[in-house]
Amino acid sequence: MFKYVVKRLLLALFILLAVSIILYILIRLMPMNIIEQRYYSSLQQGQAADPEKLQAILDSYNLGDNSFGGIVGGWWKWLCAFFSGDFGTCLTNGRKVGDVIFENMGVSFAIALISLALELVIAIPLGIKCACNQYGKLDYTVTVLTMIGISFPSFFFASILIKIFAVDLGWFPIGSLNTPTANLQGFSKFLDTSWHLVLPILVLTILSIGSMMRYTRTNTLEVLNADYIRTARAKGLSERKVVYKHVFRNTLIPLVTTLAGILPSLFGGSMIVEQVFAIQGIGSVAYTMTMNGDVPFIMGYDMFIAVLTIIGILLTDIMYAVVDPRVKLGK
Amino acid sequence: MEENKTPVENTEELKAETSDETKFNELHGEVLGERVKVLSPARTVAKRFFRSKLSVVGLVVIVALFLLSFFGPLFSPWGEQQADETPTTIVNYSQTKFVDENGNQSSCWDISVTESPLNKEAELSAEHWLGTDENGWDIFTRLMYGGRISLTIGFVVIILETLLGVVLGGLAGYFGGKVDNLIMRITDILYCIPTLPIMLIFYSVFDANGILTIERLYYMMGILTLIGWAGTARLVRGQILSLREQEFMLAAKCSGLSVKRKIFKHLIPNVLPQLIVSMTLGLGSIILTEATLGFLGIGAPIGTATWGSMINAAANSTRLSFYPNFWIPPGICITLAILAFNFIGDGLRDAFDPKMKR
Repeated sequence: MFKYVVKRLLLALFILLAVSIILYILIRLMPMNIIEQRYYSSLQQGQAADPEKLQAILDSYNLGDNSFGGIVGGWWKWLCAFFSGDFGTCLTNGRKVGDVIFENMGVSFAIALISLALELVIAIPLGIKCACNQYGKLDYTVTVLTMIGISFPSFFFASILIKIFAVDLGWFPIGSLNTPTANLQGFSKFLDTSWHLVLPILVLTILSIGSMMRYTRTNTLEVLNADYIRTARAKGLSERKVVYKHVFRNTLIPLVTTLAGILPSLFGGSMIVEQVFAIQGIGSVAYTMTMNGDVPFIMGYDMFIAVLTIIGILLTDIMYAVVDPRVKLGK
Repeated sequence: MEENKTPVENTEELKAETSDETKFNELHGEVLGERVKVLSPARTVAKRFFRSKLSVVGLVVIVALFLLSFFGPLFSPWGEQQADETPTTIVNYSQTKFVDENGNQSSCWDISVTESPLNKEAELSAEHWLGTDENGWDIFTRLMYGGRISLTIGFVVIILETLLGVVLGGLAGYFGGKVDNLIMRITDILYCIPTLPIMLIFYSVFDANGILTIERLYYMMGILTLIGWAGTARLVRGQILSLREQEFMLAAKCSGLSVKRKIFKHLIPNVLPQLIVSMTLGLGSIILTEATLGFLGIGAPIGTATWGSMINAAANSTRLSFYPNFWIPPGICITLAILAFNFIGDGLRDAFDPKMKR
């Protein structure tokens, strides 16, 4: 086990290295970073601008040289800083990339966590229920509804909700986290924020229930056909006991492994939903920064997602061995 | 050569059998074919597929969307970028309510009248079934043109992806060892690169290099393919790893078939069912990606209608609130297309699965 984990970690390191090279080269291919944009806009406004100063600033961020050697050199310096725990400084506001990611992560994490909890609470029982009444009326209805849920693009669903509940009915506020006019403190501020977050959470939950529910349903169907369930029924256990004790627990085995895959979306935020609802979370900050060409931040954020993804994969494999003793982690 | 021989021998044997059979049938006065109906595997799958209502609904929806997109514009009086040049008067009004100190309510109407050379932002009418957009372009016509591009992108990308995935996954699964390791590490790397931020980066690279016309869509398809083939490769590899150990592969090896023949004639056809299912489901997700990029305002060049670029109207809060005819129709089309592909994929999966009860 230990040997396997070490081996996988080394492999992960290699993969991350390759990802960082690809990302860095792509990001450096972007036409303008924010410093150059500001420089040229100040030139246009007729202000005196010093090209040497621009070059000096760019050099201080290792962005001055756009030749191949310069890009590789910049990557190397980024990598050295990365391993010494320095993720770089944002060009936009001069703050540490790590701090910016960490500060904006809170809202995104809260939304993702709540919708994940809701999703599990709704999807798992529903999936088991449907599997127990396979091809029944409930199963058919839920299957069709979840299919529609899976197929809905998040931005379209969010737009419809905003149009109906925020614009037409006026039940919910549109955008941002707090009502800008009200000066609220403490608990009432918290309530106000929660009220603003109802629609985004609703979108994330409804759109993700589908796949989780279908996954549970398939697993339950498989478990229901297993020999030990027949044994349990043959022993004369009540259907209730069979389902809640024997089936339920065994359905959870494969589900545990999917949870590890949720890691990136849990911490990385959702670019689209945050964008639609104008929530200042990590996703929408990343969107703005990418459009602005803030090289260190883009690099930091994308690597953050890559690290989360790779940890997710690793956790999935390990969890699989932990929950299911039949699985042996080997070569 | 040997392969060509065997069927000939078989047919001779068959003839002998049939002559026996006819004798038998003549004696008993009935034909075997009348009693037993033999279904080929493909027929079985088709039968199971069409038995499920949802898959049929999916198929009908997709065919309808295709017909609408590819033949609909032929019957439309408007073009993709043809503005309705009837001068119109646009009347905007808004009501503001006041409450004075004494609690008396009064309201004030703000009415503005503007003359426009174009019939833009028109409401639904017999002439413009879904109204016109801010350029005076007919939305319904653009919806049909948009379907052409969105559906085509889906099919082109999925076919390229599958080709690349099958070849690389097949190589990895068949040869194993170093080749497998190399290809699988590449898929790992691709899996770790976040799609949306990467597309945002490519978007600004395109802009800088002056790729602004329709060729931008070709580059986009190329990138989506390069990002997306990894999943197919993994699927093919996994299947081939298990198929490789089976007896029929040993037989193929014993008859001295070439590697190419073994992979493409014996292994790939066995992966085909899963491949077709994943292709169908993948089609939906590519249409979704295109739409997402369109919604963020990246992707299709300006003026070109795609479902994604049309739903971009929802990103503007005024249009979101007051012009639902701008963004709801393309949204419905996108959702319908994805839903239909999901239904078909699901139906196919069940139809291919020999373990299914029904």
